[in-house]
Amino acid sequence: MISEPGKPGDIAPPPTAPARGDIRPLVRRHRLSTRLWHWLNALTVLVMLMSGLMIFNAHPRLYWGRYGANFDSAWLAIGATADEGRLRIGPCFVPTTGLLGLWTDHEGRVQRLAFPGWATIPGHYSLSAARRWHLAFAWLLVVPGLLYGLWSLLNGHVRRDLAPRRAELAPRHVWHDIVQHARLRFPTGEAATRYNVLQKLSYMGVLFLLLPLMVLTGLAMSPAMDAAWPWLLDLFGGRQSARSIHFIVAMLIVAFILIHLLMVLLAGPYNEVRSMITGRYRLPRERDE
Amino acid sequence: MISRRRLIGSLAAGSGGLLLAGCDRLNASPRFRELLRGGEALTMRAQRLITDRGALAREYRPEDRSPVFRSNGTSMPSSAEYAAHMANGFADWRLRIDGLVARPLALSLAQIMAMPHRTQITRHDCVEGWSAIGQWTGVPLRLLLDIAGLREAARYIVFHCADDFPGARYYESIDLIDALHPQTIMAWGMNGARLPVPNGAPLRLRVERMLGYKHAKYVERIEAVASLAAIGGGRGGYWEDSNDYEWYAGI
Repeated sequence: MISEPGKPGDIAPPPTAPARGDIRPLVRRHRLSTRLWHWLNALTVLVMLMSGLMIFNAHPRLYWGRYGANFDSAWLAIGATADEGRLRIGPCFVPTTGLLGLWTDHEGRVQRLAFPGWATIPGHYSLSAARRWHLAFAWLLVVPGLLYGLWSLLNGHVRRDLAPRRAELAPRHVWHDIVQHARLRFPTGEAATRYNVLQKLSYMGVLFLLLPLMVLTGLAMSPAMDAAWPWLLDLFGGRQSARSIHFIVAMLIVAFILIHLLMVLLAGPYNEVRSMITGRYRLPRERDE
Repeated sequence: MISRRRLIGSLAAGSGGLLLAGCDRLNASPRFRELLRGGEALTMRAQRLITDRGALAREYRPEDRSPVFRSNGTSMPSSAEYAAHMANGFADWRLRIDGLVARPLALSLAQIMAMPHRTQITRHDCVEGWSAIGQWTGVPLRLLLDIAGLREAARYIVFHCADDFPGARYYESIDLIDALHPQTIMAWGMNGARLPVPNGAPLRLRVERMLGYKHAKYVERIEAVASLAAIGGGRGGYWEDSNDYEWYAGI
């Protein structure tokens, strides 16, 4: 195990005198900066997602290119016929009554907005309020995110804990980890103190690809930013493409969160949640092979 | 141990519902909304700080234009005066420029169209999310303000419009950074023809680094003011006052 004992956040060697009853040791797993940023982001990303869905409700159509409005062809649209909610992606229609396009609110009224009230902030239609939430919480996403990213580069978190090593990236190793995950056989003992390669790739992907993409596509929708930084438009192929990518990446982040929560549940939610609150993690029992 | 385990479980289950109810309650709280409004001030200051105040919005080629330019909001003001102006081709229509100016003016459409003009193909971004690209021709607002002679105390330019909304005629305002920007024009032409009625005939504002609701249509009076407090509900525009949209519409 690579460790520099004594520095907060580093993985400490297992204590020699384990607690009474449970002989498996508690180890330090997450440093304070990671824990703080995790919980701040849990709140911020949820607010960004839910207020973002409300903003989407104002014009539930997505386009590619520079322009796009009602008369132009949308690659994705959420709408409703007289009695059916529908999601259209390209030429394919998916019936979504009850979930998207046509649903009943908690007071029993039929609503024809794209995303339902339980998924949006606020829970009723208000573009202006959703924008207030979205654009204020964006600061909580960006400023601590930049600080955390920078701090993680400086304190070695990225290099030591997040960056996959060359050997880990070998297709055989990655495939082995995928198979182990699919069988719900998670690392035990000393290996459980480190992130496995799938974790590393997904955390690096969220931290250094998805979140920056969210912020940059968000800025590319700002007419003032487009004037000042026209490369934003070139980078994403126009404002409406940026809006589409903003939505797609948001859905990827939703997928990440769902898998993340599932993994926490499967790996032992008490131990996992505790380690993200107190930083201390009890090493999983060795499997009998 | 078990009870703590249960606690975490029930916290997780309950937090979803609580969050939603909590967000709606927060949303209704004036103090919290004031806090969220702080984000708007921060965004405006940050954008103004890190970007070039004179940066030009991208201009597009004629073939980049939207096949159909969606008109939004009012497509036809309902007043009798407007109908009369429309009937005689806006020949008796006048644009008034007043407020904190040295020489209040009333200009006819012919006089405005005889002034130096600028043609630009720009993207119009609605706050709802859609965009349309169109070509606009008009007189730079800066020229009009120069002729009227902006007084020292002037900080904002207010646009009073002919289109009626519930309880008010439309009005909007911008600060001098945007008012004096070279792409800020009072447009009388669109896509090579006279400005159509649904797009704000005879004269509308184009302020290219702002969202659509700033681009006042059917403008009939331009007023220079020191403060927005006495304009409408005091937040600087119809949508700002009626629905709490941001006054700073650069994002």
